[in-house]
Amino acid sequence: MTTAPAEAAKGALARYEAVIGIEIHCQLKTASKMFCGCSTDIDGAAPNSHTCPVCLGLPGTLPTINKSAVEWVIAAGFAIEAQTPPATRWDRKNYFYPDIPKGYQISQYQLPLAANGRLTFDTSAGPVTVRIRRAHLEEDTGRLIHQEMAGRRASLIDFNRSGMPLMEIVTEPDIRTAEQARRYAEELRLLMRTIGASDAEMENGQMRVEANVSIRPIGREAFGTRVEVKNMNSMKAVERAIGFEIERQAELIDGGDKVRMETRGWDEPSQSTYHMRPKEEENDYRYFPEPDLPPLMTTPEWLAEIATRIPELPSVRRARYTGEFGLSSYDANVLVNDASATALFEGALAVGAGVSPKLLANWVTGEYLRLAKGDAGGGSVDPVELAALARLVADGAISGTNAKEVLAEHYASAAPVASIVEARGFRQISDSGALGKAINDALAANPAAVADYRAGKAAAVGFLVGQVMKATRGQANAAMVQTALRERLEAAE
Amino acid sequence: MVHSGLASVRYHRGMANLTRADVEHVAFLARLGLTEAEMARLEGQLNHILEQYAILQTLDTEHIPPTAQTIELANILREDVVQPSISVDEALSNAPERSASGHFVVPAILGGEGGA
Repeated sequence: MTTAPAEAAKGALARYEAVIGIEIHCQLKTASKMFCGCSTDIDGAAPNSHTCPVCLGLPGTLPTINKSAVEWVIAAGFAIEAQTPPATRWDRKNYFYPDIPKGYQISQYQLPLAANGRLTFDTSAGPVTVRIRRAHLEEDTGRLIHQEMAGRRASLIDFNRSGMPLMEIVTEPDIRTAEQARRYAEELRLLMRTIGASDAEMENGQMRVEANVSIRPIGREAFGTRVEVKNMNSMKAVERAIGFEIERQAELIDGGDKVRMETRGWDEPSQSTYHMRPKEEENDYRYFPEPDLPPLMTTPEWLAEIATRIPELPSVRRARYTGEFGLSSYDANVLVNDASATALFEGALAVGAGVSPKLLANWVTGEYLRLAKGDAGGGSVDPVELAALARLVADGAISGTNAKEVLAEHYASAAPVASIVEARGFRQISDSGALGKAINDALAANPAAVADYRAGKAAAVGFLVGQVMKATRGQANAAMVQTALRERLEAAE
Repeated sequence: MVHSGLASVRYHRGMANLTRADVEHVAFLARLGLTEAEMARLEGQLNHILEQYAILQTLDTEHIPPTAQTIELANILREDVVQPSISVDEALSNAPERSASGHFVVPAILGGEGGA
């Protein structure tokens, strides 16, 4: 991917090296909130309709830990090859802000549920591994809207999001380019979706990516002054915002200025970052152990049980597709990166005895994804039907062109492949007797084309094939027709 | 806080005497507007409390593990089951002001740290 800011950043990268750390918050896929029983189904809900005394932070209330949320973070820890501590606990992160009515956020500080992990992903310059410092569990905050009310500025609070379970995943400052940052976030998103921990949709805030970006002259060890970049609402924005920030810092330093420690936001319309607030000093959050929650012991039995629920991870799956099935790494990536494609491919493989994985992969990465991506109505393909269709094509029973139409119709209507083929009359004539007559007719009716072929214009056979296909309303097996025509034309010479 | 050395941040400050600047800092963190007289009184009181801790620190605790909890409980977990929420009106019943849309309304907050 080349974007204007990313292009510009390449110039800066010739003189400077960027040092980037990424913090990602993912909303975990639980039915109820982190410390209370309120539903997490808050999308589109009326403001403050999903709250209770616990998530409103009323005095005298006590939190209770959602077991599923804990298990998702442990599972995520396994997926990033992190260590799970034998004992973990929660801490209070104290600060005053109206989105956190208790005056503190329940988080994890000293003993996160996962520590010292890593993630490897592909980039245009080859595979990169980033160390992950920690992944911990915390509660989300309320949502603030700043607006004018009766001529004065006010902040409006909706506590529906308050107490939603959040996993925060923090990398070491190992990332060096904007592309690496985007690829890291994409691979982590895929991982979270694969294990089922989070839907991780950036557009609706289920996944929030923040980057700490600094630059230093190439060869220097010491870090430069870092800037925190927020408000990146898509993967594209992650790459562009960081690319822009690297270039902005390089220009500042080249112009004799200093980089200020600050938080900047990405502005999509202007494709640039803007100053949000200064960050003169580290915040003093006065973390201390949460007295209202007992510690949590992660027994080996519990961990083993969670491990059995983790499906095949993307990296393992890619290796299997390329190694066992001989798929190209491009095709393996396309299949693995799309959950519906993976499910369709795996499902068709399971029933599609006699059809090669490669053939099925071609259908999924080609026609299926073309339909799914261009789709407005949200159709689907039944793996059993896809296997049946691929077998019909492999057996020569229908043409590849017709098969694409069948898939499109099945995608839209869910009708069985067999009945679509029957209704549309797509079954190919592979019977040589029936084809023979059509071929004779075509040869007799087109003496000019026959003469052309015999005069050395081999392409004339294409015209004759077309005539046979037309006469059979597309049902002739085109490959058979061509072979038979060649034989006839050459034999008669 | 990706670059910040987490290990270097401790839960508690050392036992050194609290200065006036320390008291002002703590007052700021707690958003307490203290008068000069209150500040002076609290400086003395807080230092007195720290002195008590200093006495406790002379005890031999080598064989006592660090304790953050006095109740001997662990692994109290809740199954992920949805319970009814309260009504919007009930939720907003203590609100200093509410909007027609059902939001809590507070004086404009801009800039702050904004949690998670």
